[in-house]
Parts: sequence; structure tokens; C-alpha cells
Amino acid sequence: MSDPEPRAGTTASGAPSEDPDRDGRARLIAALRRPGSRGQLAAGALLAVLGFAAVVQVQSNSRDATYVGARQDELIALINGLSLASQRAENEMTRLAQTRNSLLTDTEARRTALERARQLADERGILAGTLAAVGPGVRVSIEDESGAVGAGNVINGIQELRDAGAEAIEINDMVRVVAQTSVRDLEEGGVVIDRTRLTAPYVIEAIGSSPTLSGGLQIARGFAYEIQRVGGTVDIKELETVEIDSVREPASTEYAEPVPTE
Amino acid sequence: MIAGLGLVLGVLLGLILQPSVPIWLQPYLPIAVVAALDAVFGALRAFLDGIFDDKVFVVSFVSNVLIAGMIVYLGDQLGVGGQLSTGVIVVLGIRIFSNVAAIRRHLFHA
Repeated sequence: MSDPEPRAGTTASGAPSEDPDRDGRARLIAALRRPGSRGQLAAGALLAVLGFAAVVQVQSNSRDATYVGARQDELIALINGLSLASQRAENEMTRLAQTRNSLLTDTEARRTALERARQLADERGILAGTLAAVGPGVRVSIEDESGAVGAGNVINGIQELRDAGAEAIEINDMVRVVAQTSVRDLEEGGVVIDRTRLTAPYVIEAIGSSPTLSGGLQIARGFAYEIQRVGGTVDIKELETVEIDSVREPASTEYAEPVPTE
Repeated sequence: MIAGLGLVLGVLLGLILQPSVPIWLQPYLPIAVVAALDAVFGALRAFLDGIFDDKVFVVSFVSNVLIAGMIVYLGDQLGVGGQLSTGVIVVLGIRIFSNVAAIRRHLFHA
């Protein structure tokens, strides 16, 4: 760039453009007014190339996704970062799945234990007489015109039913027979069972295998025979469903405690 | 005047054609554009100084672009392409700033 502007501009308006001492601004304005010297043509061509390239670059830059034109090492770093992230995410996923499985197992085990405990509580409740019960069984009606049927006969009947596998026994829809049940005679007739006074006719209901129960009651020289011998009548019905509604308060132990299991 | 027209023509061509940059050119085009800008501002400054020469302009324009592209290519081969293109941009940016300062002094006397 050592030369002053060459004589190219002299063709048209002559002198002013050649003056090297002239103000740069005036020279620029003059060049803008006046079309083409050779220098302007060259500059124009190159500026066209520049404008074209710049626009193309700007457009490709704004059109591109982020990664086009990225260098190899940049891409590798990106991929490494991504695979690290995905690995972390996978680890996290595995951990969470394990947690979830263990929670599921826990819940399942707890539910099973609960189910089992509830079932046990139901069975115990029926056997202990704290729950009402329903099921197949027998209804034994005892008529006693002569007043001769007493505690002995009732106890006999209860024993026979228990032997035959009765799971719940009730007398006159009022008294639930349990392990602690006591029966005694009254002077004026009738019996007292667990502090409840009962008189004939007695109705004993028992849940269990009905043929076995009725068989047990009708055993030779057994319950039925004894009652008929003292002048009463016995009617035994085998039923599909016997309902036992009377319950008793659960007995709490005062002295006995369960033996701790290891 | 023709120079200004050429610039406008180039921009219009780029806008109308909307060509996509070929893959092999992609790392070099931005550097080349910046280098060409440097040459253009240098030429404008020389013009205002009254020492503009079209041959010098053409040579400086082409050589600027070529050298910038070569430096980036070399950097890519050496594995420091990113850093080296940043360096080139910085240097060209400094030159553009100083040229523009001189141009400003000419045009606004300030």
C-alpha cells in the first residue's frame, strides 16, 4: 500500500481525485459519486465475494444445529459427557428399581403376615367364643316335661359335641359354651350355665361336621339315651347353616403369660 | 461506487441462493470472512490516506484469507484448531479495530 491512488480516476472529472493532500472524506465521497476505476472494480469484486461468504456463513450458522462444524475433539468431549451422563442415569435407575423391588417385597411380606394374623385371630376368636360364628352343624332340642333333665345331661351333651369336633357351641341362643363354662343344677328346676339361668326346653346349637356331631350324640348309652331314660325327648336336626350369635367378653389372663419364643 | 454495489450484490446473491457450506469448508469460512474483513478495512483506510492501490488490495485480501485458512488447517492437524482459530480471530479483531480507528479519524476528524 505504498502507492498513492493511481491515475485511474482521472478519466471523468479529472483533477480533484488526484490530489494526494485532499481530505480523505472528500475523496471517499468523490469515489462514491463517480462510477468505476479499475481499482473500484477489483474492490467491488472482492467485496462481493466477502458479502456473499459472510451471508452464507451467517445463514449456515443460524440454520445449523449446534454440532455441525464442531471439531473432532469437541465432538468426542460431547459424546463422552453424554455417555457419562447416561451411565449415571442408568445407575440411578438400577438403584431406584432395587429400592422399589425391596419395598414391594416388604409390602408383600407384611400383607401376608397381616393376613395370617387376622386369620389366626378369627380362628382363636371363634374357639374362645369372642366372635359370632356361622357354619354347618346340628340343633339339638331337648323337651323336659318331668323336670328331670339336669346339669349332668347338659355337660354330657357338651362333652359329646366337643368329642365330635364341635367348634362353637351355644345353648338357648344365650350362652356361648367355652373352655371355662360351668354348669350346675338349680333347686327349683333348670340349670345355671355361666351365671345364666336356663329352663327347659333346652336348645343346643353346635357348629361342626353335622353327621359326626349327631352321631356322637346318638351313641349307644350316650347323651340321647340318658335323656330319654329320665323321661325327656331329644330332637337332633342336621343343618346346612347354624348361626351362633352370642359372644362373651375375651378373658384376660392375670397370671399366665406366654412363654417367650426364641 | 462499484465497490459498494459489489458488496450489495454479494449479499443479495447469498440471500437469494442460500447455498449450504460444504463440510470441508466449514471450519475455515468464518476465519476467512474475518480475514477478508480485515483486508477490506485496511484498504478503506489506505484509500482515505490516499495510498490505496488495487493490486495491493487484491493481494492482501487473497493472502489474508489464505493465511488465515492455512493457520486454522495447521491448527486442526496439530490438534489445537480451536485455540488457534481463536488466536487468529483475536489478532484480526485487533487489526480491524485499529483500522477502524484510523478511518474514523479521517471521516469525523475525531
